[in-house]
Amino acid sequence: MKRIGIDVGGTNTDAVLIEDGKVAGAVKAPTSEDVTTGILDSLKSLGATGLLKGKRIDGVMIGTTHFINAVVQRRQLTRVAALRLGMPASASLPPFCDWPEDLASLVRGGVWMVEGGHEYDGRLFMPLDEAAVTKAAQEMKAAGLKSVGISSIFSPLDPSHEKRAAELVMAVIPDAAITCSSDLGRIGLLERENAGLLNAALADLASETIAAFETAIQESGIAAPLFITQNDGTVAEAGQARRLPVYSFASGATNSMRGAAYLSGLADAMVIDVGGTTTDVGQLKHGFPREANSVVKVGGVRTLFRMPDLLSIGLGGGSHVSLESTEEGPLKVGPVSVGYRLMKDGVAFGGKQLTTTDVAVAMGLLELGDRKKVAYLDEATCKKVLAEAARLAEEAIDRMKTEAGDVPLIAVGGGAFLIPEKLPGVSKVIHVEHGDCANAVGAAIAQVSGECDQIFKDMSRRDAIAAAQGIANDRAVAAGADRKTLGTIESEDMPLAYLPGNSVRVRVRVVGDVAAG
Amino acid sequence: MTRRDITLDDIESLAVGAWILGTGGGGNPYLPLLNMRALYREGHRVQLIDAADLADDDWVGTVANMGAPLVGQERLTDSLTLARAVSVMEKHTGHHFAALMSMEIGGANGVRPLMAAAHLKRPVVDSDTMGRAYPEAQMTSVAVGGLRPYPLTAVDVRGFESIVHKVPTWKWAERVARKICVEYGSVAATCQPPRTGAEVKQWAIHGTTSKAMAIGRAVREAQRRHDDPIAAILSVEPGKLLYKGKVADVERRATEGFLRGLVRFDGMDDWRGAVLVINFQNEWIVARRDGEAIAMSPDLICVLDSVSGEAVGSETIRYGQRVTVIALPPPAVFLSPRGLDHVGPRAFGYDLEFRSVFSA
Repeated sequence: MKRIGIDVGGTNTDAVLIEDGKVAGAVKAPTSEDVTTGILDSLKSLGATGLLKGKRIDGVMIGTTHFINAVVQRRQLTRVAALRLGMPASASLPPFCDWPEDLASLVRGGVWMVEGGHEYDGRLFMPLDEAAVTKAAQEMKAAGLKSVGISSIFSPLDPSHEKRAAELVMAVIPDAAITCSSDLGRIGLLERENAGLLNAALADLASETIAAFETAIQESGIAAPLFITQNDGTVAEAGQARRLPVYSFASGATNSMRGAAYLSGLADAMVIDVGGTTTDVGQLKHGFPREANSVVKVGGVRTLFRMPDLLSIGLGGGSHVSLESTEEGPLKVGPVSVGYRLMKDGVAFGGKQLTTTDVAVAMGLLELGDRKKVAYLDEATCKKVLAEAARLAEEAIDRMKTEAGDVPLIAVGGGAFLIPEKLPGVSKVIHVEHGDCANAVGAAIAQVSGECDQIFKDMSRRDAIAAAQGIANDRAVAAGADRKTLGTIESEDMPLAYLPGNSVRVRVRVVGDVAAG
Repeated sequence: MTRRDITLDDIESLAVGAWILGTGGGGNPYLPLLNMRALYREGHRVQLIDAADLADDDWVGTVANMGAPLVGQERLTDSLTLARAVSVMEKHTGHHFAALMSMEIGGANGVRPLMAAAHLKRPVVDSDTMGRAYPEAQMTSVAVGGLRPYPLTAVDVRGFESIVHKVPTWKWAERVARKICVEYGSVAATCQPPRTGAEVKQWAIHGTTSKAMAIGRAVREAQRRHDDPIAAILSVEPGKLLYKGKVADVERRATEGFLRGLVRFDGMDDWRGAVLVINFQNEWIVARRDGEAIAMSPDLICVLDSVSGEAVGSETIRYGQRVTVIALPPPAVFLSPRGLDHVGPRAFGYDLEFRSVFSA
């Protein structure tokens, strides 16, 4: 199995080749404005290592922050027609009702609400008003809208109304790009609908970006399928990622945690990813980041995305160091950082701002810049600075720990040198080779997942979980997984208060390797 | 009658405070809050009055939604439907309500009366009948007071209207209304048995809407200043800090239409090494530290997110969450022997003598 993993970061585009379970090569290239060039450059320099010659690559996995940045920065978004099936319920809270106004005014092309939807137990809430859907589609067409988000009450249980409405819209607008909220799972109409509308707003950008990725791979001469990494550490094949770009929102942090698991060989551990400005602390369970279960806001919009549960603190390789004592303590590390200007502003590089990197250079932990420039720092001071950085890390680790005993900690990222070999509450600190490219490694090794989150009625708990597993398996295979390699990594069931019969909500997630060919 | 204008900012605070007074249940007030934002944008306004301002022979409508919070997450919540539950009651009884009141200040029902009041242009009484959230209809101050448990109206957004004309007890009212609610799809807007001004003055729990607003305001201001929101709550309410920790395990089971279970916490900071277990029936009922019961209903047990200070509900609490547990004093009406019969630990099946966190 040979795969290339690419992480398109804010500063660098990293690429790694994984061959037979090992990192065969790793390169960095500056990220370019047009994305394609940066990816092409990194693939070229990976090719220049001679490693790719005559080899068949099974897949190129790309992690990108493109889509989330478009939402956060309010650019390159498509106007969307929102169609909700659920009247007469929900009328007082129409689609876009809880969006920040600046984003809503960019995305809201129009709102249509018609009768339809289901009950929690699969009964009809209201029959679908097909004539009203067709009329809405005609009005969308007249308004020049092609990107459509369709939502329906309890569609995760029964998506039939959304699917039928999509057919009716397609009959009027044959080239419509339609997002059905049921494809994004999860109970909670507003949050699911919001995710669907954001997805529809990214329709054009997703098409363009993924086409650009494909062009870059093609131009590099690599003949391999393209996969895009998702928030949960798995990948989607390019076609699905084009259809559901919102699933790729937060893949960067996830990839570095997955990469840490892979490089260390540990499936259950804490991970600390020390970058230039911030440090992310998370927890690996079964080789995947533990997810935040609550509502996640993206660009000010409430959604229910699968996102890793991370704690970010202002500590990194570029963190400002102040040796003057203040009320807070004898010295200060972070949270301000020189960021990407480290090689210019850091003392070891001839600049004026003392940073954690300068201290590490003075202590001989790093071979960077000019050690003579930081020779004025005495050992006792340096040790105090490193101890302060270690204290900040320890505090963050303790906050994220979910068990009382000592746990192993994997330190990755360009600033991993700040993490000492011993920390309280940690059984063992593990530094790994290629840890600075952990995110690209995580992209390269990403698997394919499938999820089911719905309510089962009048079934034993065991049967309900088995049924959910079957649905999740089918979804994983549809997303490109090899059925033989599927395994369950999360299974959660919750009996439902007030509902009659044995109603249980089951959430199951399975993952498997990418199917060959 | 002296009326105070409720601002939208007051309602934002009310939503945060009502969720905290929900003591784990009652549903998140986010959707009612969104409705209120929309209503205020359209120019609607709501006013608050004190129970003391009511005439003894005034009639007051008590408003609440009944059902599964999960269904509410899909059907959302509609202000006109709540208003209709009230109108159906007025038509049925022939009484004109001088004001509306909350049945349950804790959770989403703490905000819902304002939704109906906006449409019907009636003031809302600064009182409720629970002072928190509770799972059943007989767990109210008016039930403790032995007031008449009927009639009750239950309406559905599709236009269904049901009236429970007569039942012998509050428990029967709960059973019959629950059946109607289930047929509707496990959610119904209800108007509870009408109360006279005299009954409200004698039996309702007073000042609870403004209390929820004050708690919410303290949390929101602390969040803005990046101060400790829990300390802010304790500065406006005579509560007690019980515990800080992380969720170590959650067990849930649905029995007799309720969500029951327990949450186990591992201590942090000053509580390192101490294990806290809280049993719940929708709401947090009994908290035991290292096996010893330290807080129980009717004391309010509030589990709060340690960073934001906002409430954490029993339906959504999850493994690994970092929380702070505080207790708030209970309404006096529940401390009488009769009150404890309705909402003391034995009412929830725990063979414990009630001892308040606040009696020591």
